[in-house]
Amino acid sequence: MPIAQSPDQAELGRFGPYGGRYVPETLVAALDDLAALYDTAREDPTFWSELEHLLVEFVGRPSPLSEAPRFSELVGARVVLKREDLNHTGAHKINNTVGQALLALRMGKRRIIAETGAGQHGVATATVCARFGLECVVYMGAEDLRRQRLNAYRMELLGATVIPVESGTRTLKDATNEALRDWVTNVPSTHYIIGSVVGPDPFPRMVRDFQAVIGREAREQMLARYGGLPHTVVACVGGGSNAMGIFSGFLNDPGVRLVGVEAAGEGLASGHHSATLTAGTPGVLHGSLSYLLQNADGQVAPAHSISAGLDYPGVGPEHSQLRDSGRVIYSTATDAEAIEAFQALCRLEGIIPALETAHAFAWVRRSAGRWVGSDTVLVCLSGRGDKDVAHVADLLGNPA
Amino acid sequence: MSESRLAPGWAALKASGRTALIPYLTAGYPTPATSAAALRSAAEVADVLEVGVPFSDPLADGPTIQRSSFEALRQGMTLAGTLDLIARAELTPPVVIFSYLNPILQYGVERFLRAAEELRIGGLILTDLPAGGDPELESAVQQSGIDLIRLVAPTTRADRLRHVLAGAQGFVYLVARLGVTGARSALDFDLGESVQRVRQATSLPVAVGFGISTPEQARTVGRMADGVVVGSALVDILGRDGVAAARRFLGSLREALDLRDR
Repeated sequence: MPIAQSPDQAELGRFGPYGGRYVPETLVAALDDLAALYDTAREDPTFWSELEHLLVEFVGRPSPLSEAPRFSELVGARVVLKREDLNHTGAHKINNTVGQALLALRMGKRRIIAETGAGQHGVATATVCARFGLECVVYMGAEDLRRQRLNAYRMELLGATVIPVESGTRTLKDATNEALRDWVTNVPSTHYIIGSVVGPDPFPRMVRDFQAVIGREAREQMLARYGGLPHTVVACVGGGSNAMGIFSGFLNDPGVRLVGVEAAGEGLASGHHSATLTAGTPGVLHGSLSYLLQNADGQVAPAHSISAGLDYPGVGPEHSQLRDSGRVIYSTATDAEAIEAFQALCRLEGIIPALETAHAFAWVRRSAGRWVGSDTVLVCLSGRGDKDVAHVADLLGNPA
Repeated sequence: MSESRLAPGWAALKASGRTALIPYLTAGYPTPATSAAALRSAAEVADVLEVGVPFSDPLADGPTIQRSSFEALRQGMTLAGTLDLIARAELTPPVVIFSYLNPILQYGVERFLRAAEELRIGGLILTDLPAGGDPELESAVQQSGIDLIRLVAPTTRADRLRHVLAGAQGFVYLVARLGVTGARSALDFDLGESVQRVRQATSLPVAVGFGISTPEQARTVGRMADGVVVGSALVDILGRDGVAAARRFLGSLREALDLRDR
């Protein structure tokens, strides 16, 4: 079910001043078509029941809510986990790819392209393409390929073509550029499944709506199990899709504090980070106006994070609006803090989280002592960390 | 709205039955110093000069313009540097600035328009700002002395075409084919139809770009359109063989365009 949205906002694709559609003229017709199709699908109960069916039968939803008793003890609050890591393919990304694949089928487009950073979105896209018999091409930065070899191979096993991107910083940003170039060239036959709440309208609102299932389920599960809402909801923010997904369930609950955790990399002062909302300024990248890491000349600054999925200099436009309004608090965690939290969750809870997700746990951990024992902290466990094991082994000096 | 700086040139071309040659060069490529020389040399045969502002994420550009942009940025080129380069080059034909939106947003739209006004810049093409994408900004450009040049793509549909052309100034830039910038071996055979479609909807001159890389192609396109934009092929030659070779290439294009009229 879609999120309520005022008609004028839907029409302009704006979140306050942010968002919009900053693309080459060639793509405007495709975005018009996609927005029109999505607006029709939004109102069509058949579409949502088809999607619901796939989310249950194929993805394995609803994802459970887990207690984290030992991690809770460490931080002094009751920490509850929304287990998106237990979805098919191991992350929240598939919620969106299933929805967009259904839209592609409705449009009659049989070729799908995607960008990927950590590879989770690439795997989720390759998976739905295999399921529906669609051609799949995934663009991945050469540097990310190095960090996430396993995911690249998974995509190939699923029948996708993985194209390494060697230009620019050779990460997610450049993979997105290359995917947009492909789309401009092949737009009549091709649908671009953007993996986060970024890009030109209608992508930010569409991807949010597909990820909103996280927040909707989590809210119901909290009420059913604990008879109340959480004190705080925490999620990591790269482009911001898992965060938008879980936050959207609680935006209208003013008593619930929402915290987005960005990657501070080697520290905000080092300049090597991906903390767009914390340290960036508004600018245009990849089709929308949003906070952006950039220099005074308007050139996009290279981002850095230990996790390929957060290594992105932009962020979804709705997050920019939520930052300005103060409804969501955006904080950061460094590479070192993320690794520490990653290990803590492994040892204390028997869960290997994605390095991206580890940033959210790092923030909760750093806030230890500031909680009252009865406070419930809901963390979006956006993905599992199997993909990161080799990388972490390297970092910790235990070559796997 | 002031008088278009591009209009007199188009009127003269029309009177003499000639097709405009519009070379594109990336500011600061291959080096800041050579860039000024390349612009001056291109100005000898150009009717309009397109100067590209390098951007870190040129998502509408193919490998050649990506490379030239990254090279220029690596050597410190900026939007301010581009304006300075244009000032120093003292170019005779009118200049059109070709840019992604973000460098201009960060420089400040009003400040940019003032600086461009001072340099008597003819027009502005914003690659990633489609018509209606930011009405306030578009109107600020339209009301300045700098023409807002609109791009029309093969995918621009009839209803939208009217909207795109309603605010168009200077000339219409028709994107010859789907895809990013870059030299192509073959042209789209529907091009004549596309040009006609635009002509029926506007009295502005129509220039065609994206993929034109040989004198033969220029001549073919020149038969249908009022102007021919050549970018990637020129930038390739400039980077590989230098200013003199680029000038010879432009000379061959000029000759091919003028030949068709005889």
